[in-house]
Amino acid sequence: MFIDFIYELRRNKVPVGMQEAVALARALGVGLHDSSLDGFYFVARSILVHRESHLDAFDVAFASHFRGVAADAKKIHAELLEWLRDPRERKELTDEERALLKALDLEEIERLLEERLRDQKERHDGGNRWIGTAGTSPFGRAGANPAGVRIGASSGGRSAIKTADARAYQGYRSDLTLDVRQIELALRKLRAFSREGAWDELDLEGTIDRTAQNGGELEVVTRPPRRPNTRVILLMDVGGSMDPYAKTMSQLFSAAKRSTHWKELRIYYFHNCTYGAVYPTEQFRDPVKITDLVADCGPHYKLVVVGDALMAPWELLGAPSYGETEKGAAGVAWLLYLREHFERSVWLNPEPPATWEGSTIETIGNIFPMFELTLDGLSEAIAELLRGTARR
Amino acid sequence: MSTFLRFRGTDRYLTNEALEASVNSALALERPLLVRGEPGTGKTLLAEAIAEALPARLISWNVKSTTRAQDGLYVYDTVQRLYDSRFGDGDIRDIRRYIKLGPLGQAISAGERTVLLIDEIDKADLEFPNDLLHELDRMHFSITETGDEVTAKQRPTVIITSNNEKELPDAFLRRCVFHFIDFPDREFMKRVVAVHHPGLDDALVEQTLQAFFDLRNTRGLRKRPSTSELIDWIAVLKKAGMASVKLDQSLPFLGTLLKKEQDVAAYADRLAGGRKYRA
Repeated sequence: MFIDFIYELRRNKVPVGMQEAVALARALGVGLHDSSLDGFYFVARSILVHRESHLDAFDVAFASHFRGVAADAKKIHAELLEWLRDPRERKELTDEERALLKALDLEEIERLLEERLRDQKERHDGGNRWIGTAGTSPFGRAGANPAGVRIGASSGGRSAIKTADARAYQGYRSDLTLDVRQIELALRKLRAFSREGAWDELDLEGTIDRTAQNGGELEVVTRPPRRPNTRVILLMDVGGSMDPYAKTMSQLFSAAKRSTHWKELRIYYFHNCTYGAVYPTEQFRDPVKITDLVADCGPHYKLVVVGDALMAPWELLGAPSYGETEKGAAGVAWLLYLREHFERSVWLNPEPPATWEGSTIETIGNIFPMFELTLDGLSEAIAELLRGTARR
Repeated sequence: MSTFLRFRGTDRYLTNEALEASVNSALALERPLLVRGEPGTGKTLLAEAIAEALPARLISWNVKSTTRAQDGLYVYDTVQRLYDSRFGDGDIRDIRRYIKLGPLGQAISAGERTVLLIDEIDKADLEFPNDLLHELDRMHFSITETGDEVTAKQRPTVIITSNNEKELPDAFLRRCVFHFIDFPDREFMKRVVAVHHPGLDDALVEQTLQAFFDLRNTRGLRKRPSTSELIDWIAVLKKAGMASVKLDQSLPFLGTLLKKEQDVAAYADRLAGGRKYRA
């Protein structure tokens, strides 16, 4: 039943693997859980869960799994050990996990467990109330206070199931975080460094060179520290047909925002097509003219446009006059203008590539190098942004 | 493996069952304990409490955005050696004199039991935790300049705190025992206050807690006051000889609880019953 719990956790998207199972076996082996379900709950939680966003999923799995179950400490442990031994369960192990398993002395753990259980038995017989007098099992029943009495610490009066049921960590759930980090790592590749600022870093090789040239007379050479030197403009399409991708967009947004390795990051919003202006907020207030943006930002800025590039053909090729657009120029002309100005630019599209053909996506895809808004597409886009400056 | 000390908190540091289970798991498994939680919930103090309870020497490593993993092991002070070579101070042939051990290096090379606190690990670069993996696993490092190998005689207990500014890598997380410190509820907070301000008038405790939790629940606060702010606030109230407080315009020493101008404004808004009112 314990193994089922591990799988239950995995179903609840808590990434539990060999390493955690082995660690838990060791912890139970030394009796950290005091043979109570309460203790087991806390020990298992601290070992199986690694981030607060998974705490809630753990609570859900725990409550559903151990409700109404009188668990047996020895059984859980024996089952765990058996599972660890069973090679059929180990097909999907990584080499690292295999090595770990090898290093773990199962016999030793088993011996300790036996010892411990004996120890417990004796104490119980001696009336030390280690296990408690209420039942034969050291574990309590769900929903009520555990029958086992903990030694040494005052329990807050909440049983493990109740703690799990309270689901205190629901607010910390965020199925986003994992992906954001992946995006962040992809974006990291965009960084580039240059030396500027105060000359306060010791140039060791320069110092050795100069000192040698001086015939051994010491001359310390300094240089400015390395600083990030990438400037990025992020243009995001919001509203309308982009709504289904709001989650992906917010992931990209938070990853970009948190990246500290850029010298400058400007984020602007637009709807459908950029036309003459973009907006610093999602509320489409305080428009920034494209001409001003271009005047402000040199060609060395990296331009990243995110949008589905889907619109009615007249919206792209005509010159709609909503918003504060300048009359006369068609949407496509503005896009061309941006593309011409910046040395490196990409368009990230959340629509799957299969749908690109034959729509405005194809037209825009001819203007900007277009990539799918997935991790792979993002990596390709970044490679494109990093390519040398001579584009045409 | 079967005998180890059980952590039960100290006189000055209160714990609950969950925290004890995590600390004891980390001690038993000899794995780093990763502590997360809101600022001001006593993450850093936990390391001190564990060091006191074991007892062991506490070595702190305060991570900054520029900290590199290598700095934690040792720094080779080339500049000092260069200068010494020029002015003829000391024996420059002995490189060991210019190897300065960092906090992690000290913890590993110490012959005694130590507690190493790696404070605010998320402040550093994204890859920083990964760079530490090997040393934390093996508790072993080598000094390339001298060829010395340093292995821990007794594995240091490692406590790592994180404020959640950045996500930590999975490979790193998998090696840690994790604990998330909840914000204390009212009952627990009462005990915390009693530890820090023993013999405080019961009525005043009730009033301050009432005001504090009300304030925390004010919507739209940028930085909600935390335990340490409450402790400070009560200390100030005591110094000023206040006998009672009420949550109104004249909440004394508001500055110790709310640290942002916008928050003071939000607080004023709330008291004015939702009307736009600036004190």
